[in-house]
Amino acid sequence: MTVQELPGAAAYRPTPPPAWKPITDPAPLLPDPEPYRVLGTDAVADADPELLLRLHAELVRGRRYNAQATALTKQGRLAVYPSSTGQEACEVAAALVLEERDWLFPSYRDTLAAVARGLDPVEALTLLRGDRHTGYDPREHRIAPLCTPLATQLPHAVGLAHAARLKGDDVVALAMVGDGGTSEGDFHEALNFAAVWKAPVVFLVQNNGFAISVPLAKQTAAPSLAHKAVGYGMPGRLVDGNDAAAVHQVLGDAVARARRGEGPTLVEAVTYRMDAHTNADDATRYRVDSEVEAWKAHDPVRLLERELLERGLLDETGVERAKEAAERMAAALRDRMNADPELAPMDLFAHVYAEQTDQLRAQAAALRAELDAEQDHDEHGTEAGR
Amino acid sequence: MTTAAATAGGRTTKAKPATMAQALGRALRDSMAEDSTVHVLGEDVGTLGGVFRITDGLAKEFGDDRCTDTPLAEAGILGAAVGMAMYGLRPVVEMQFDAFAYPAFEQLMSHVAKMRNRTGGAMPLPITVRVPYGGGIGGVEHHSDSSEAYYMATPGLHVVTPATVEDAYGLLRASIASDDPVVFLEPKRLYWSKADWSPEAPAAVESIGRAVVRRSGRSATLITYGPSLPVCMEAAEAAVAEGWDLEVVDLRSLVPFDDETVAASVRRTGRAVVVHESPGFGGPGGEIAARITERCFHHLEAPVLRVAGFDIPYPPPMLERHHLPGVDRVLDAVARLQWEADS
Ligand SMILES: Cc1ncc(C[n+]2csc(CCOP(=O)(O)OP(=O)(O)O)c2C)c(N)n1
Repeated sequence: MTVQELPGAAAYRPTPPPAWKPITDPAPLLPDPEPYRVLGTDAVADADPELLLRLHAELVRGRRYNAQATALTKQGRLAVYPSSTGQEACEVAAALVLEERDWLFPSYRDTLAAVARGLDPVEALTLLRGDRHTGYDPREHRIAPLCTPLATQLPHAVGLAHAARLKGDDVVALAMVGDGGTSEGDFHEALNFAAVWKAPVVFLVQNNGFAISVPLAKQTAAPSLAHKAVGYGMPGRLVDGNDAAAVHQVLGDAVARARRGEGPTLVEAVTYRMDAHTNADDATRYRVDSEVEAWKAHDPVRLLERELLERGLLDETGVERAKEAAERMAAALRDRMNADPELAPMDLFAHVYAEQTDQLRAQAAALRAELDAEQDHDEHGTEAGR
Repeated sequence: MTTAAATAGGRTTKAKPATMAQALGRALRDSMAEDSTVHVLGEDVGTLGGVFRITDGLAKEFGDDRCTDTPLAEAGILGAAVGMAMYGLRPVVEMQFDAFAYPAFEQLMSHVAKMRNRTGGAMPLPITVRVPYGGGIGGVEHHSDSSEAYYMATPGLHVVTPATVEDAYGLLRASIASDDPVVFLEPKRLYWSKADWSPEAPAAVESIGRAVVRRSGRSATLITYGPSLPVCMEAAEAAVAEGWDLEVVDLRSLVPFDDETVAASVRRTGRAVVVHESPGFGGPGGEIAARITERCFHHLEAPVLRVAGFDIPYPPPMLERHHLPGVDRVLDAVARLQWEADS
């Protein structure tokens, strides 16, 4: 059969493939060419002074919290601490943009966000102290367990937001992830599901420059992490992650958008991890001091403090007061963390299944016997009970 | 609320031949009708009704929000199910094939299996993950794996597998009702097996974790599950001619493991063979044999033997009959149970 013999051949004209649909305009989804800023720009005039003061108090507290938690690792009171020093603006803003009924999905680095949301810092730190994986009831606080397998918490946020929407509840989920985590498959799957389902989710990527030692350039060839949003059909927003007012505004807009039923947003906050990956890491192996110094000049606490001082919204007494409040929090945290946690070895078997299996019952009995023998030994200094 | 029994409403409920696939579909339907928090999600489960048609009609009856065609990404499906369960739903996830459940392993191992434990019991995840598994259907590469060993080696998961039409219904209902995550392994070569079964008055299994003796016997015990049950039943019939009266135990659930039923049977017979398709090395049979030895050593007349798939990647379909444990291999193993010592 030649072309001439094909049915309708007379009318044959090249056309786009039949199943092809005109591409939706990606322009509204594209991030700004530069990270959005409020502090030091005209936009600051519109910022609510009360909010700025609140943010400032939280940033000062957050900075002190990070320092205290890091100190606790040196005293052997925490097994490990991934500090968010330098990233406090993101941590605090993420907490403050949410309503009580909303959900936060933090990673291991985000205990500060949980604390800024009102979680007891001791409960937030049990994972890193090593006495229990999750020190709080996630449903009570609407804070998912701190998540260590990278990006795996993101699909949970999508599923939860989707379920809430199906039930007709006005609930938004905000999920946090690092720049390295954006390379994981779960990041891709979560964003794709969220966009297809129009789930009320906000993804906050804290681009702090490194995944342990690996810089962003080895992580992605995308124009920016925010640009990845476009491929999923959701807006990408690029924001100065050290400008608390800007992060709060961009996240707030994204939350409002989700609430209106318009679907998910990806926010890339450009920030910097001032400390090593954790207390166990040596950052001098992969980055130079001059880079760290440059970021010190763009410190989130100082950026906001300067603005408030210059505009007369805060004076030196106000700064002192914020510091004192932070000191009190740190002292209380230190005192409470200096007490040995109560360990419950028998709980190891208590929550594996709803109903304990015979197998676990037998193993629990064996451990019980070992513990009793240990106690006997301690009490009588003999091998009695063995 | 409409239960299966209630819809029967006085009509005579005669048992007719039904397939395992139909019983599974009915179990999903009845669970969804009874509990509005039950949501089915997976690849092609909506409009198509699943590649094995297990979810046929569910989207039509309950709507796309209750039976959802998801994007094609197993980790995303299971991860989303975790979030849905966190919010109080009871998701039933369909993995299209055994080997295509692997992308979801991180979610399964790190979150589904552990969430109850890592939250001190505060946040259990009532998720059922349905996985068609095993060979014998002429599937090309990656469509015939027996992956139960991975699941049963993961504390926090229940691992359930039916071998009969009635159990397909009862065990799936029980799995969906369970407040713990269940990996529900469906022996795909038994999807079209038939039995007299009344969907109007299905016998529900009240709890998972109990094995059942499918055939009583005195000479030796065959311990098996899922796709290998019919093989063992056939072997037991054939063994009569050899003078062996074999007992057959259908485990139905690998986790929890019913030590009681297994040990009681082996203590009676004194001999045991474990039969499964999954590769023998590191497979369920090793664990089962060890448990029997620990409990029944003084009753054993012979070592516990295993008849399992070879320790090879699953073969191409034209060669799979050489791999799958069949009646002859089971009888060979029975013959090696040191009968000489008896006489
Ligand atoms: C799936 C997975 N792979 C590897 C790790 C080990 N790990 C922990 S943190 C980390 C770096 C993550 O970097 P990023 O996502 O940028 O977050 P950041 O630590 O900078 O906050 C790695 C590789 C992990 N936790 N999970």
